[in-house]
Amino acid sequence: MNKDILLGKTLEELIQIVLDLKLPKFTAKQIADWLYKKDITSIDEMSNLSLKTREIIKEKFIFGNISSTKVQCSVDGTKKYLYPSNMPNKFIETAYIPDRDRNTLCVSSQVGCKMGCLFCMTGKQGFQGQLTSGEIINQIRSLPERESLTNIVYMGMGEPLDNVPEVMKSLEILTSEYGMAMSPRRITVSTIGIIPGMIEFLNNSECHLAVSLHSPFDEERKKLMPVQNVYPIKDVLEIVRNFDFGRQRRVSFEYIMFKGINDTADHIKELCRILDGIRCRINLIRFHPIPDTPLDGSDDATMEYFKDQLTKKGITTTIRRSRGLDIFAACGMLSTKELIKRQNEDY
Amino acid sequence: MESKTNQIKNKLNTTTILENKEIAPGVYVLKYKKTKAFKAGQYIGLTTDLEVTPRLYTIASGINDDEVQILYNIKDDGWLTPRLSEIKTGSKLYVTNPDGDFIDDNTPAWWIASGTGIAPFYAMFRSGLRKNKTLIHGGRYTHSFYFEEEFSQALGSNYIRCCSQEESEGLYSGRLTRYLQTIKELPKDYRFFLCGSPEMVVEVRDLLIKRGIEYNRIVAEIYF
Repeated sequence: MNKDILLGKTLEELIQIVLDLKLPKFTAKQIADWLYKKDITSIDEMSNLSLKTREIIKEKFIFGNISSTKVQCSVDGTKKYLYPSNMPNKFIETAYIPDRDRNTLCVSSQVGCKMGCLFCMTGKQGFQGQLTSGEIINQIRSLPERESLTNIVYMGMGEPLDNVPEVMKSLEILTSEYGMAMSPRRITVSTIGIIPGMIEFLNNSECHLAVSLHSPFDEERKKLMPVQNVYPIKDVLEIVRNFDFGRQRRVSFEYIMFKGINDTADHIKELCRILDGIRCRINLIRFHPIPDTPLDGSDDATMEYFKDQLTKKGITTTIRRSRGLDIFAACGMLSTKELIKRQNEDY
Repeated sequence: MESKTNQIKNKLNTTTILENKEIAPGVYVLKYKKTKAFKAGQYIGLTTDLEVTPRLYTIASGINDDEVQILYNIKDDGWLTPRLSEIKTGSKLYVTNPDGDFIDDNTPAWWIASGTGIAPFYAMFRSGLRKNKTLIHGGRYTHSFYFEEEFSQALGSNYIRCCSQEESEGLYSGRLTRYLQTIKELPKDYRFFLCGSPEMVVEVRDLLIKRGIEYNRIVAEIYF
């Protein structure tokens, strides 16, 4: 019998589990403490549960922690961890990015990705599968630098809002008192604009939202991001514009700059037009070419000019510092290499 | 903001299934009466339960047809398609208005599809787009080439079926990516429309770019 995994279960799910096992309801809270607040890796180590209780749980469940199988360290301190997923021969990446007063973990939400963005390495794997909330939480929980972590961004492999149930469960665990009790203001979920998932996320979470924009022009965005055919950026922005983010919650737009494609004065003008009325920031991102890409990154001077112009127009704009270049920290590089890719027989 | 359920309910139209027929093992065509105009290549959201978020399907019928036709295959791990395959003529269905921007025109183009990704091209074909179009369809088995009689008759040698797992007369034996590699010169001034699994779209797009097609001539629709 395949045993189920405890890591990644919400308190409500744990309560149901203990009741099904005919254990007292309070055992669920004890298990949650061990899963999310303490540094253990097995059910045997849950020392405030009786031996008999542990045996009952072990008959049907395993703890579910997974150690990374590879780590690459950059000269700038960035580390990229490779984790095996629950699917055979499928891997995910997690990037730890330390900075002066801020240590960020970039987590994956899927193995591969369905979205097929032209500039993305992960997309070249195609879609391999959804991560469970346990596999998402494991990336944080098993991190050697866990204690120094200040921020989490869902910007690793996969489109988080194409895996809404598991991503929402992981956010609940990260931000609940029974879980890791992180402030939702330290967590950002990034999406290319899957509208149904975005509505669910906005309504049921307090975490920040980041939207991958990359072009304000429909036809151009369509060529970079096929999702534009289905969820046009104007519809995404309408949802964002009409949502009350309150004072603390933030929406930002990610904008990878491609030389001669999305870095002109027309783009600045159009960005200002479509973002009018939205309290937001734009993060400009350097493009680091991936194998076989037809795209080049904009040069530094163009990026500075772009930033200055947007700032002058009243949009808070930053250029994201590139990190981990020597280890190709951008997600997808390591796992795509590791993936034993079979030729798809469907076409 | 409105609750998710209310937002979805407000956007759904109730319709009745006219036909739900298995056309190949595990692959179905579902029809309902057309009440809203659409453009060939657009999709609708569809669900059998108001509490469940609609899944998106590209319309596989012509803009002048009286019925809207959806081509779908059963996903064993999916919520909707196993239920959808069981429902009978006369049952209720909830659909969104048509939407989407995977639209072709009369200019020369190659249409490249895998599996049920043929749907938007069938809609375009049924809507009158045929001239200057080449259709390449990849499938696993000889029964994977939906609507092949109509395509064969109208497109002739501009309709290529690439079958990866079986051999049969008139079919290219092998994956469609292999077929594309056998073509000496791709038409660099044409547009290329791709529809199907993310794996196919990404692999074919990379291949076309490597073969000298500008990326902005490639329009992709991905199933998710």
